[in-house]
Amino acid sequence: MTQSTDAEIISLDPARRRAREGGGTARCREVVAEGRRCRNHAGPSGYCRVHEPEDADPPPAPTSLDDVAQERREADIDAAIEQALAFLRRRITGEYETDVFGFDRDLTEQVLLPLARPLYRKYWRVRTVGMEHVPAEGGALVVANHSGTLPFDAIMTKVALLDDHPAHRHLRELAADLALRLPFVGPLARKSGSTLAHGDDAHRLLANGELVGVWPEGFKGVGKLYRDRYKLQRFGRGGFVGVALRAQVPIIPVAIVGAEEIYPMLANVRWLARLGGFPYFPITAQFPLLGPLGIVPLPSKWVIDFGEPIDTAQYGPEAADDPMLVFELTDRVRDTIQQMLYRNLTGRRSVFF
Amino acid sequence: MAEEGGRRVLLTGLAGVLAGRLAARLEADEGVDYIAGVDLREPRHDLTRTEFVRADLRSPLVAKVVESTGVDTIVHLAVTATPRRAGGRARMKEHNVIGTMQLFGAGQKAPALRKVVVKSTTAVYGSSYADPALFREDAAPEVANQSGYGKDAADVEGYARAFGRRRGDVTLTILRFANFIGPTVETPLTSYLALPVVPTVLGFDPRLQLCHEDDAVEVLYRSVRGDRGGIYNVAGPGMVYLSQAIRLTGRVPMPVPLPFVNATAGLVRRTGGVDFSPEQLRLLMYGRVGDISRLRDRFGYEPAYSTKEALAAFIASGRAHPVIDRDTVARVERQMVDFLNAEAR
Repeated sequence: MTQSTDAEIISLDPARRRAREGGGTARCREVVAEGRRCRNHAGPSGYCRVHEPEDADPPPAPTSLDDVAQERREADIDAAIEQALAFLRRRITGEYETDVFGFDRDLTEQVLLPLARPLYRKYWRVRTVGMEHVPAEGGALVVANHSGTLPFDAIMTKVALLDDHPAHRHLRELAADLALRLPFVGPLARKSGSTLAHGDDAHRLLANGELVGVWPEGFKGVGKLYRDRYKLQRFGRGGFVGVALRAQVPIIPVAIVGAEEIYPMLANVRWLARLGGFPYFPITAQFPLLGPLGIVPLPSKWVIDFGEPIDTAQYGPEAADDPMLVFELTDRVRDTIQQMLYRNLTGRRSVFF
Repeated sequence: MAEEGGRRVLLTGLAGVLAGRLAARLEADEGVDYIAGVDLREPRHDLTRTEFVRADLRSPLVAKVVESTGVDTIVHLAVTATPRRAGGRARMKEHNVIGTMQLFGAGQKAPALRKVVVKSTTAVYGSSYADPALFREDAAPEVANQSGYGKDAADVEGYARAFGRRRGDVTLTILRFANFIGPTVETPLTSYLALPVVPTVLGFDPRLQLCHEDDAVEVLYRSVRGDRGGIYNVAGPGMVYLSQAIRLTGRVPMPVPLPFVNATAGLVRRTGGVDFSPEQLRLLMYGRVGDISRLRDRFGYEPAYSTKEALAAFIASGRAHPVIDRDTVARVERQMVDFLNAEAR
C-alpha cells in the first residue's frame, strides 16, 4: 500500500473517511507473537509507529494530480482488499468482540451497514434534519413512527445516526420477540445491536449510556394500510416512557417520512396471517402481483427529522410508577411526532423527489 | 456463622469433577473437621481425609449418615444433567428429584445442620426468543415449559426452598451455574465442541454463557465457608456466540435445517457420543445468558475467567484439536496480502 504524502484526494464517503481517521480497521501490517497481527492503527507506510521500518523507502513522489488520483484509487482498493481479508480472518478464527446483548460491531460496520448504505444514500436519498438534537454521548431514547410493511425505517435510522451524526453513534433498537424468533433475521438483528423490547434490556442499555431506538407502534405501525400511512397508531402501553423515566434519559421524538411509500400496503389478508402465524399478511402494490420482484421497494424520497429532546429529569425516576404521568408523556411524544410528520409532509415536493 | 469448632460437611455426588475438586479444597482447609461424600460411583480423585459413602441418595442410609456424622453443612451436587450417565431419562429424574426429596427429608431432622448449598443451573430459565438478554435471579423458573435437566433443577430448587422455609435457621444458597467448561470438566457442551464437524441449527446463532470450573469450585467453596444465603447466577462475564465458539475452537460448523435437527441430534448421540437432550437443542437456537451482578455485588465474587477466557482454557487443554488452525489462517492472509501487493506493483 503506497500513499502520497504531498497531496491527497480525500474521499467524502463517511465510511472511508472514518477508516482514514482511525475509526476503521486499517491496522499495522507487522506480525507479532503467535502469528497475530499488530492491533495498532497503521500510518501511511502500512505500519504503526512502533513497527515502522526504519529503512522504509519514501513513497515515490507523484508527478501530476492525475497520478495522485490514480495512486489514491489503487491505494483505496489495496486498503479495501486488506480490510476484507483481515475481516475474513477474524470471522474464520472467531477473534471478534461482542457485548452481552450480542452486538457485533465488527460485523455491523464491515458488512451490514455497507449493505444498507446504498439504500440510504442512493435509493431513498435520506435527508436528516435536527441531528443536533441527538446528544453526542450518554443514554437517550429515540422514539419514531413505524411504517412501510418491512421495517426498513429502523435500519435507515441506524445508518443515519452512525453516518450522519458527528459522534457516529450506534443505535440499539428494541425489537419485537416475533422478529427475534425468526431464523436468520433474529441473529442478524441481535448482531446489529437490537435486543428484545423489554424493560430490563432497555434500561440496561440506557444505563450503559447507549442510544436506544424504539418504534412503539410496533407491528400495528409497520403493517398499517396505505390509506392510514401518515396516521400514527396507538403507542403501545407507554412502556418506553417508563423506561426513559427510570433511566432518567431524554426522549427524542423522530418523524420518518418516506418509509410509508416503499411498499404501499393495499390490504391485509388476515386469515393468511393467522394461518402462518404472521402479524399481518400484506398485499402491496408490488406483492404478490410481481412475484419475487415484489420485494423491490419503491424509491421514495425520505426525510428523517430528529425533534427537540423531551426532558425526563424534571420528573425523577419514581415518576415511572405514576400511570397518569406516563400516559400524558406518551400522548405528548405521539402528538409531537404526528405534528413533525405533518410538517414534513407539507414541505414535501413529491413522493419520489 | 460463628466458628464453633471445625465445620462438618457432607457432599452429594462426590464422583463428579466439581465435587472432587471441592472436597480437595475443603481437605486443605483446617477449619473443616470432617468431610463425607455420597455417591454410587467410586470417586477417582486423590482424596485423603474425605469419607466415601457408597449409597444411593434415595436409600435410608443417607439419613443415617446425616444423623450419625452430625454434619452442619450439606452441599448438594448430585443433580445429573445427562440421561446417559443416569441410565435413561426416567432414572435420571428419579435420581435427581426423589434423591433430593430424601436428602432434604433427612436434613430436616438433623439439628446440627446450619447450611445447605445446592448446585442448580441457569437451565431453569429455559431458552426462548421472548426472554430479555440477561436473566435475573428473580425471573421465575417456568417449570411448566421445561423438560429434562432444567425441569429437574427447578424441582430441586423448589424442594430446597420448601426446606429453607421449614428450617429458617439453615442458610440456603442456591447456585445457578452456566454451562461448565474448562481443562478437565466433561459436559455435553465440551464433547459437542470436540466434534470435528459441529452441527448447528441453520439460521440460528445462540448467545452462550460459560462458567470456568475453577470459578465454580471457588464459588462453591466460598458458599460453604462464608455465610451468603440466596440465589445466585454463576458464570463468566460476557457471552460468546455459538458460531464464534466453534470458530475459536477451530472446528467447522455444519448448519442443519430445522426439520432435520432432531434426526441429526439422534445420529450425534449414537455416533459422536454427545449426550444432547432435546431441551439442549432449544439452547442451540435461542441461547441463554444470566445476569451475574448479584454474584458480584451481594455474594462478593468476581469470576476469574470471563466466558471467552473459560472457553480459551478449554481450547488450550487440547481436547478439541483445531481443524482450522488460527496460525494457518493468519499465514494465508499474510501471503494473500503480500501477493496482491506484489501484483499491484
